Order: sequence, then C-alpha cells, then structure tokens
Amino acid sequence: MKNKNPVWTFFASVKLALFTLFFLATTSIIGTVIPQKETVQWYNEKYGEATANLFQVLAITPDMYSSVWFLSLLGLLCVNLIVCSIDRFPGVWRQITANNLDLSLNRLEKMSPQYSWQANDSRESTASSLKNSLQALGWKTEEQTSEDRTLLFAQKGAMTRTGVYIVHASILVIFAGAIIGSILGFKGMVMLPETRGTDKIQTFDDKAIVNLGFEVRCDRFDIEFYDNGMPKTYRSLLTILENGNIVAGYDRKEIVVNGPLSYKGITFYQSSYEPYQEFLVTITNKNTGLTETAITRYQQQHSLKDSGLRIGIINAKAIGQSVKNMKVWFADDDSEPSLFWLDNGEQATVERKKSSYTISAKQMYATGLQVAKDPGVWMVYIGCGLMILGLIIAFFMSHRRIWLLVHDTPSGKSAILMAGHANKNKGGFEKTFQALVQKINQNQDVLRS
Amino acid sequence: MDSSQLIGITTFTYLFSTILYAAIFIFKAGRLGIVATIFTIIAFLAQTVGIGLRWVESYQMGMGRAPLTNMYESVVFFAWTIIFIYLIIEWKFKTRIIGAFAVPFAFLAMAYASFSSNINKEITPLIPALQSNWLIAHVVTCFIGYAAFAVAAGLGIMYLMKNTSETRQTSNDSTLLGSLPPLKVIDDITHKTMVFGFLWLSIGIITGAIWANSAWGTYWSWDPKETWSLITWFFYAITLHARYTRGWGGTRIAWMSILGFISVIFTYYGVNFLLAGLHSYGSN
Ligand code: HEM
Repeated sequence: MKNKNPVWTFFASVKLALFTLFFLATTSIIGTVIPQKETVQWYNEKYGEATANLFQVLAITPDMYSSVWFLSLLGLLCVNLIVCSIDRFPGVWRQITANNLDLSLNRLEKMSPQYSWQANDSRESTASSLKNSLQALGWKTEEQTSEDRTLLFAQKGAMTRTGVYIVHASILVIFAGAIIGSILGFKGMVMLPETRGTDKIQTFDDKAIVNLGFEVRCDRFDIEFYDNGMPKTYRSLLTILENGNIVAGYDRKEIVVNGPLSYKGITFYQSSYEPYQEFLVTITNKNTGLTETAITRYQQQHSLKDSGLRIGIINAKAIGQSVKNMKVWFADDDSEPSLFWLDNGEQATVERKKSSYTISAKQMYATGLQVAKDPGVWMVYIGCGLMILGLIIAFFMSHRRIWLLVHDTPSGKSAILMAGHANKNKGGFEKTFQALVQKINQNQDVLRS
Repeated sequence: MDSSQLIGITTFTYLFSTILYAAIFIFKAGRLGIVATIFTIIAFLAQTVGIGLRWVESYQMGMGRAPLTNMYESVVFFAWTIIFIYLIIEWKFKTRIIGAFAVPFAFLAMAYASFSSNINKEITPLIPALQSNWLIAHVVTCFIGYAAFAVAAGLGIMYLMKNTSETRQTSNDSTLLGSLPPLKVIDDITHKTMVFGFLWLSIGIITGAIWANSAWGTYWSWDPKETWSLITWFFYAITLHARYTRGWGGTRIAWMSILGFISVIFTYYGVNFLLAGLHSYGSN
C-alpha cells in the first residue's frame, strides 16, 4: 500500500493540514475586521477608493468567505482530509482486524504494563480458569495452544480506532451538506402585509425571483411587549394555499422567532415587521349577523361597502411605531356617532339605537419573513452528530488489548505472563490492568481452594 | 438576600480562595490545602445558589428565563465553570497547587462582572430571538469549553514557570516551583484539559448553528462572532494535531494553551466590543 507518488505524499501529509488550518484561521480574521456584504459606495467612503479597489481585487470584499481563494482553502482541507484518510485507514483497519494471537514472545515480553506469576495447576486447567475469570469480567478471549504454551487474548474497543476517521469524515459530510444547500437551496425575504399572500419571493444574493409553487398568506401579525417596553413576541399567522385552496393543516399556523413553519421543503421564519398607519377593522352587526372587514387609514373616515357604516381611527397611543390602543369613531344611520378607546387587537360591543355591533380593530402590519430552502441541512446536522460522536470516541475511548501467555514449568505446574496495551490513555489503562491482575488472582485463589 | 448580593459576595470569596491557593504555593503551607479546598467548595456552592436564585427571581419578575443570556450572566457562569472544572481536576489529579493558577481566572471574571461599568447586571427580559432552548444549550456548552481553556492556560503558565526555573538550576526541589507537579504531569493535564475544552467548544459551535438555523434559516453566516469561534476552534485543532502527529509537547503546548485562550477571550469579549455583528446583544 505504500504509495511514493510525491503528489500523493504532499496531499496526505499532516504538515499540509497544519498549514491549511493555520491559513484558514488567520485569513478568517480579515473578514471579521473588514465588514462584509456592504455596497461598493460604502467601502469607497469608509476606506477610500484605492484601498477599496485593492480589497475588491483581493476578493476580501464584498464577500470574502465565498471568494474563490477562501473556498479553495476549504477545498484544499477536504482534499487533504480525503487523501490522508485513504492513506492511513487501511493500516488502521489492519490493526482492528489483526490476528492478535500471531505475536512473537519477544514483543510480549517488551510490552508494558505486564505482570507474571506462577500457578499451582497444570497449564491446561490454569488456562481454562483464566479464561473463565476473564469472561466473567467482560473480556471475551481467543485462544491458541501449541506444544508448550497457551496464548489467551482479549480486547475491547478495537473499533474505537475509527473515532478519528469519523471526525474527519464528519467534516466532509458537513461540507457536502453545505454545498448541496448552496446549489439546490435559496434564501430570501418577503414582506407580506396582513391579509395579503404571495407565491414569489426574492433571493438575497442575486435578487432573483423564486416561484414557491404555492401561495403563502399572512392572516395576522402581532407584537407583544414586556412592561418595560422591550419586545416580547413577534407572531404571524400564516396560511398556505394551493391553487387558491387552503392546504389542510396549514390554516392560520402560528410562527414566532425561533418557531418557523415549513411546507414542501421551504421554511418561513419570522424575521422582521413593518407597522403601517392603517388599521384593520372588523364589524359584525349582531342583529343581522353581517360581518365586514376593511382597511382604514389613520384619521380618515371609511364607509363600508355593503352596510354603509362609517368608521375611523381618530387617535392612537403607541410604543415606538406600534399602537397600543386607539380611539375609534363609529356611526350608523341614526344620531350621534360612538367614540371609544379600544386596545389594539381587542374587540368591543357597541350598542346603538337600532342594532348592536361588535367592533375589533388592530393596527395593520406587514410581516417580514425570511424564506429558506436548504435541502442540505439534514446532512449538515448528521455531520455535526458524527463529529461529536467521533470526538467522544477519539478522545475518551481506547483500544485495549491483553495477552496471557501460560507455559508449563518443569515441575508440571504453570507460569503466566500477562501483558497489555492501550493505544491511548495509557495511565488509565495501567490502573485497569492492575485491577484486572488482582481480580484474576483472587478468582484463581477461589478456584484453587 | 438577593441573587446579586450573593453573586457579589462570590467575587470576594474567590479572591480569598486565590489567596489561600497562592499561600499554599508560595509559602508551601501545605496544611492550608484542605482549608482552601473546603472554602472554595463553599464559595462555589454560594455562587450556585446565587445563579439559581437569579433564575427564580426572573420568574418572580414574570419573565422566567435561564440566567445565561447576557454578558453579566455569561461571565458569572464562566467563573462558575472554571471553579467546577478546577475542582474536578483537583479531585482527579490530587494536586492543589493548580488552584493558584486556575482560581484567579474565576476571580478576575467575577471582578470584571461586578465592577465593570460596561456591564448591566439587571435581569432584563429576553427579546424574541433569544427565546430558544438552543440558545441555553449554546451558552452552556461554549462556556464549559471556554472555562476549560482558561484552566488549560493557567496550567500552561504553570508549566512555563516551572520549566524556566528548571533550566536555570539543577536541583529545584527546595525552590518555590519545586513544589509544582512534575513537568510531564502538568503537560498531560494541560493537554487533557484542552481536549475536554475542544469537545465542548465543538458542541457549542454546533448548538449555536442549530439555534441560528431555527431563528433565521441560516446555520452559518460568517458573522464576526461565529467566525472567531471557528478561528479558535481551528487553533485548538492545530494544537491537537501538532501534539498527536508531530509530537509537540512541553513548552510549545504550554504556549499554545495561552495563545488559544487569548483567542477565546477575543471571541468572547473582543468581538462584542470591537467588532459588530449578530451577537452584539451580549454587549449590554
Ligand atoms: C478542522 C479539521 C480537523 C479536525 C477537527 C480534526 C480532528 C482530529 C482529532 C480530534 C484527532 C484526534 C486527536 C487525538 O486523538 O488527540 C485528529 C487526528 C488526526 N488528524 Fe485530524 N482533524 C482535522 C483536520 C485534519 C486534516 C485536514 C488532516 C489531514 C492530514 C488530519 C489528519 C489527522 C491525523 C493524521 C490524525 C492522527 C490520526 C491517527 O493517529 O490515527 N486532520 N484529528
């Protein structure tokens, strides 16, 4: 398997890995100091034209992290990882699947930790009792007997040698997921005024229009505040429609920040909002049961189409741009109009001479939705899971092996040489080994008596 | 007593712990050892209660949120985690001198949290973007990582001090630094602490990405804070590889532990104040 091709050796080397990681780490700093994704004018104003041009030539602006040279560095890291793994993995696999009974006495005697003692029984019965004690302690043994010696072997965690490879593979899986996402996915944004829907959105990077293939409608947007005036919740009610029909299960679904809605692989995130100086009013005539909704501008009178009722919002109290409560002016055919305060989004009952009405009103908003399709994200998450799994295996688990060589002694009894090896955490293994020696000896005593 | 008083007191108890551990180290007052440990455990418990109380208070104020979401709370948690990790190391490796190099970090963090005018100690409610269990997971895991790196840096400093004194004189058993654990042991604990930190930083970056994805639909946006956490991560990855595959150890690893921690500090603190980005919520 030794491949001497210099190109191969170059890409398989850990030195290259150290170099690439170092380069990635240091160049990444640039983009944290020079703001990214600003406009050409912005850079010109901030740094002067000459410097701004230089940045652009070096692809440090506007988006260093998707520049060819930065992506090439990431690509180099991947190639390095792949080649390095292909180069080394067969060797590791041989260690995992090795026949550990095929081992020279010489190597055994040099191994540490080791321990030897004498037993009062014949080789055969000693070996079998050792085997039993090991078995009882959770070490499954293999055995090889020749004329004058019996070799027992047991191991734990052979597969943990793959831990490092799981970590390295996980990085590739994450990259693969990211690439799938950037090729097949999109990210965009749409402002949807309440009651309005859309089947198109605009992407961030190339401002392209994407057809969603269905319609998303904003039925309602609400803001809640804490007592101190900080925003507490942004909430939209979204409805998904296909060919003008509401999709079952997607009627007035609530989304909040950190609680998005997904449909057909496209996810809508609550991201911003825009308050309007318009109000959404709903009036129900309790006598006739007629319900009408309308949008009315602030401080303008609005006549409802069917009933001829007139309504207006003549005053409002707000936190910032968000109305908390408002003064409603309302009139039907007879006599004096009604004037009353109403909390935003609440409903009031108004008794008039001929009829009684329920009236609700809320400030009109547009909800700002971030819209994303990322068919690679599950792969990124699998990669992340693998990375953590691999790190735990690589850092905290080791391949532990023990050998017990039992010989005949001239007196017809037996002598035992026990040796062990761990590929990591040797100090910890030494303790395990000593404890094992002690337990085996105790068991032997028990068996003997 | 309310949580801020209790947490305020913790600052002084960690100062006192620092003095005790320094006394063990400087005056070789080994008999003080158990006193230092017990005192530190009590201080740690007091801080735990303080953090818990802050949580309860947030419920009483009608916002009910984990005490882990602004600069003040994260610094306090950072100090708490340093002490936690230190106590584990003391228990596992049976050596108290390390306290003189680790506990001061907790004290400095607490002093900063308590006295800096940059830091708002009030319990403020969470804006919508921060209302996520992933955020809690993110903060907790990152800070376990950061605290481990702080302890590793303390161990690195300890290594360098002992190393300089050993190269200057032949027998150092009688000197101050002779009481430190053997260089090989310090080196080993430094490495193990960094490995521990690396695992948690990895989980921290991942949970942060998941949080961002649930809030904005983008798990990675190269904002300065994210990028710096990645830079730090690369830095420790380099350190682990250099040790594992190129046999780096001793002085080099000690320096790496210190440089790495500087990168951590910048990720955690520098970015908030010197660079702009999504995470600027932390600056109040
Ligand atoms: C950011 C990317 C990387 C991460 C997070 C990473 C992670 C790790 C980890 C955790 C270990 C185990 C160390 C230990 O047990 O103490 C390791 C070992 C190793 N890594 Fe990486 N690695 C990365 C990139 C690379 C690259 C690009 C190469 C390319 C050559 C590489 C080559 C190795 C080798 C050869 C080992 C030793 C494996 C062994 O002894 O069998 N790593 N890596």
